[in-house]
Amino acid sequence: MNDKYRALRNGLAVLGVLTLAVGAYMGLSWAPAEREMGEVYRIIYVHVPAMWMALLAVTLNLVCCISYLFKASWGKDALAEASAEVAVLFGGFGLVLGSIWAKPTWGVWWDWDPRLTSMSVMLVAYLGYLAMRKFVEDPEKRAVWSAVVGIIAYVDIPIVWFSVKWWRTLHQVQSTPKTVDADMTLALRVNAFAFLFLMAFFVWNRYRIARAQRAAEVALPEALPTSAGHTSTGPVPGVLS
Amino acid sequence: MRRRGLLSTAWVLLRKDLLLEWRTRARLNALLVFALSTLLLFSFAVGPDTRLLERNAGGYLWLALLFASVLSLGESFRVEAENECLDGLRLAPADPRALFLAKAAGNTLLLVGLGTVLFPIMVALYSAKLAMGMGDFLLVLTLGCMSLSAPGTVYSAIANHARARDVLLPLLLFPLVVPALLAATKATSLVLQGDPMNQLGSWLGLLAGFNLMYWGLGFLLFPRVVED
Amino acid sequence: MNSVPALVLDDVSRRYGRRWALARLSYSLPAGRSLLLTGHNGSGKTTLLRVTATALSPTAGRVSVMGMDAVRERESVRRNVALLSHASFLYEDLSAEQNLLLLAELLGLDAAKDRTHTLLERVGLTRRSDNPVRHFSAGMRKRLAIARLLMKAPKLALLDEPFGELDPAAIDAMERVIHELKTSGTTVILATHLVEQGKSLCEERLHLHDGRRVDA
Repeated sequence: MNDKYRALRNGLAVLGVLTLAVGAYMGLSWAPAEREMGEVYRIIYVHVPAMWMALLAVTLNLVCCISYLFKASWGKDALAEASAEVAVLFGGFGLVLGSIWAKPTWGVWWDWDPRLTSMSVMLVAYLGYLAMRKFVEDPEKRAVWSAVVGIIAYVDIPIVWFSVKWWRTLHQVQSTPKTVDADMTLALRVNAFAFLFLMAFFVWNRYRIARAQRAAEVALPEALPTSAGHTSTGPVPGVLS
Repeated sequence: MRRRGLLSTAWVLLRKDLLLEWRTRARLNALLVFALSTLLLFSFAVGPDTRLLERNAGGYLWLALLFASVLSLGESFRVEAENECLDGLRLAPADPRALFLAKAAGNTLLLVGLGTVLFPIMVALYSAKLAMGMGDFLLVLTLGCMSLSAPGTVYSAIANHARARDVLLPLLLFPLVVPALLAATKATSLVLQGDPMNQLGSWLGLLAGFNLMYWGLGFLLFPRVVED
Repeated sequence: MNSVPALVLDDVSRRYGRRWALARLSYSLPAGRSLLLTGHNGSGKTTLLRVTATALSPTAGRVSVMGMDAVRERESVRRNVALLSHASFLYEDLSAEQNLLLLAELLGLDAAKDRTHTLLERVGLTRRSDNPVRHFSAGMRKRLAIARLLMKAPKLALLDEPFGELDPAAIDAMERVIHELKTSGTTVILATHLVEQGKSLCEERLHLHDGRRVDA
């Protein structure tokens, strides 16, 4: 596999870690304490970006899924797999942080808050998506079916959110950056960028692994040369584009 | 020879499925007994607190239906896998979208029937009362069963050709139907216990929206699932 | 119309997981000729028939059936082609009659009931027409599957090991059916181990080995 982007990928990781260090300093000491919650609120500087990245990653997954159904390619399938897995990683991380935040704030680990609850439902749905990928051996069928499952799962996210919100109309309304201190907003943004760099690094690496797995799964026997104009509506054997 | 339209094909396929269900009544009975024992088990899990049971009656009914739906949805494509009947239908040729409509409608009918049978038993077991009309209950039941059946049909077709199909179907289906389950449970509770705040409409609206979304998506995506 | 080949395979490949069942196969079957497909188990005969029937799509390459593209004009191909497969396509819990009637209704045939009864009589299952397929022997299932194939009155009939599980008398009957199909203008593609029987029925022959064409 060509690896001309290796420096760029590693650059992303370095950039992510550096930004995260700056973000941690800003979040932990530079930004002022919150009026009601005091110092405890500072967990949002990692909790919120993690959730954002999970949502961003499943959106990337959706784009890959739709695009795959229109025009199949192993690259899209690999990127779909990578983004779903990273989404579950960030989502799980964000949920744990949210739970830790809930304990001192509301006195319980889990309070069926609409955002946390819909996030956890989303997480389970994408765990199902990943499990399905493991249970289907035929690479083409797996790619098509997971594209279908990915679309169906994504469409559910807003519906889950609405239903849980109606079910429990509790807790603070979503605080947009306008209603909070400008310094807090800046600290949150720096952290969000740090997470974005790290997520891109993870997705990219996971994508490379997935591509390599696909390449191994659809390896051609030597007797069938890969050359010559194969045309097909499906993925072309051996050509990983 | 005249070509059959989409709905006409779906109707032929639905009649076939109903005929199959009728000829294998033993399976239907097993499904009913399964759902009944689930209802019974909830009372044991919660304890003999009649007030608690009454308040949660709607939720238990929907959990029983959800668990039963996994069995009936799985069965509806197991029948097609035997002797590769699904290929026989595809090559007949029957439009895969008609197949989706027939399967989803068939599962809805089955679950509505099951819910109708379970209802009086639930009333007796949990001493639930019906505050609103039977018509409201049937409306909620139908919308709820429809919203289990549409995504369930797509996922069952997938799970049936995967390894560990019995695990995969609930794994995919349960998180997906959370909003439908919430709405159906809330709406059923309102129908049973009364609706002083006029909330029933919103929950029915949510169920209708869910149905619109997933019957539409299923109709569009199902051909990609079953065609090679 | 007769000049359009019955089947054209243009560099066709089909993969199952990592294995190539068909590897860059090219072949053209002239109109009005019947084809005998031979080869060992796993040589790609069944895959070729299933790709031709549009049950599978080719991983690469183009398949054209009587001038129709097997991927883009899938529906039209399906209307003109019938496949007799290893699997019977029969519902175990429906009766013989109900199984045939289902296909007749899907095809939108006029007088579906009459046609069903005629076919049941033709394959000698009239007396068992109300029995569920679950109680049928292998030979009876094969006969019912033949009736299913005849119901479609296909222009191209794909027969995958039609003589399997049949006793000598039934093999003769099957040969007669194939003859009748041919005289009624149906092109037949026959995959079988019984090369002698096949040779007497088909004008062309294609021998497959590891998904590739071998000139015998």
